[in-house]
Amino acid sequence: MSFINDPITFLAEWITQFLGGFLPEAWVTFIVTLLGVIITASFGLVFVIFLIWLERKIAARFQDRLGPNRAGPFGLLQTFADIVKLITKEDVIPEKADKLTFNIAPILSVVAVLLIWAVVPFAPGWIGTDLNVGVLYIAAVGSFGILSILMAGWSSNNKYALLGAFRAVAQLISYEVPMLVTLMVPVLLARSMGMMTMVESQDLWFIFLAPISAIIFLVSSIAEVGRTPFDLIEAESEIVAGYHTEYTGMKFGLFFAAEFLHAFTIGVLFAIFFLGGWRGPGAEQFRLLGVVYLMLKGLLGYFVVMWVRSTLPRIRIDHMLAFNWKFLTPLSLALLVMTAILDKVFGDTALRFPVLLAGNGSVLLVTWLALRWTSRRHTKERRVFKKRPVAKPA
Amino acid sequence: MLDHWIFIGIFIAIAAVFPLLPIVLARFVAPRKPNPIKLDTYECGMETVGDTWVQFKVQYYIYALVFLVFDIETAFLFPWAVAFDALPLFAVLEGVLFILILAGCLLYCWGKGALEWS
Repeated sequence: MSFINDPITFLAEWITQFLGGFLPEAWVTFIVTLLGVIITASFGLVFVIFLIWLERKIAARFQDRLGPNRAGPFGLLQTFADIVKLITKEDVIPEKADKLTFNIAPILSVVAVLLIWAVVPFAPGWIGTDLNVGVLYIAAVGSFGILSILMAGWSSNNKYALLGAFRAVAQLISYEVPMLVTLMVPVLLARSMGMMTMVESQDLWFIFLAPISAIIFLVSSIAEVGRTPFDLIEAESEIVAGYHTEYTGMKFGLFFAAEFLHAFTIGVLFAIFFLGGWRGPGAEQFRLLGVVYLMLKGLLGYFVVMWVRSTLPRIRIDHMLAFNWKFLTPLSLALLVMTAILDKVFGDTALRFPVLLAGNGSVLLVTWLALRWTSRRHTKERRVFKKRPVAKPA
Repeated sequence: MLDHWIFIGIFIAIAAVFPLLPIVLARFVAPRKPNPIKLDTYECGMETVGDTWVQFKVQYYIYALVFLVFDIETAFLFPWAVAFDALPLFAVLEGVLFILILAGCLLYCWGKGALEWS
């Protein structure tokens, strides 16, 4: 194992040998594990600094603006300037707030997102820890985020914040259902909940075997993050800033950073479950390439999230819930049943890909017919407008 | 196996330290000049009326109940999906039956109007 092929393992072995010279074995394991934790945990946090700049630049392009361009080349240092500003701002804790919960909530929101990175497979052999229940772990840890939002909204003792928290609970728990059910499709295709096995079994990317599930996963994940069009939890035109109305300074900054990191994490998870994770030409040989592939695929997913954000307006709360419970949930259940039966029958044959694709197509067709049928039943008579004179250019 | 969870345990501790650092730093750097008006609840400049922690719309609660059913369902179904290769077709169909029963539950909730907002 040489340094160029696999720098991380190389360094880990070197440190183990070096420390093993004068420390007992248990301590060496502990220190190496600790270093691993620090590397994986700080990776996300360092990356988010770059992400905030990237998102602001791209969002600006979508809106025909330039975006940050003053601090540093191309405005690259803008985020650092923002961090300095946020740290030097006064930290106001409202008198009526439940202080302990109020202070824990922003920390928990960052922890919840960071914990996902513990099981992200960066490259062959490079993973924080390859839990055999990785997918379930992601689902469990993701719920911490909901808890932190509820804690923030409740403890602020502010009606807008509380409204935001209620909406958050309704939205986030609702969208967790289709997300979990569609997550079961890649688990089923890979026959494993381990993240590494998930990537290794994608000789054919799962997006080709389960395209609709991939889209449902992305949509419900966007709702989990609470980004436009699902940003009802912090809808500024309705409830000030939602759950973080009362937060100032760095505590607000933490919610902000957690949201950005979460959005990118969604992109990375999408890449792992459906786009083959680190897989790509040469990734087995040069593991750093695997990380590059994963980040590129993750950024692709992140770009779609940004794209959706810049394109769609916010939806109403009853539409949001109806879309989830009356459309996404039944559809994801149907997809799961379809994939389970077809993959059991055709799983080991060469027909797997065409049959699963045909299954997805037929589910799509049935959905479309059902939607047409219900919309025909519910559509009122078309209103006919009288033709009005319109000013035309000469 | 246990090593994995030790890693997660250390990870939780370290992950909590990262967001704590800027907050602690802000404690030393940021100014602190509290006054009663600043510490008041911010509701767009109006003085807050009544208690905030009151009873709220019951619909949120019903959604949470429906969610609970599906959450437990998925917890049961994940092992089924993992053991997929070892299962005979009959066991797979049993799992499908389980999903269909829950789909029936969803339809029941739908029919009862539990999924309507107003």
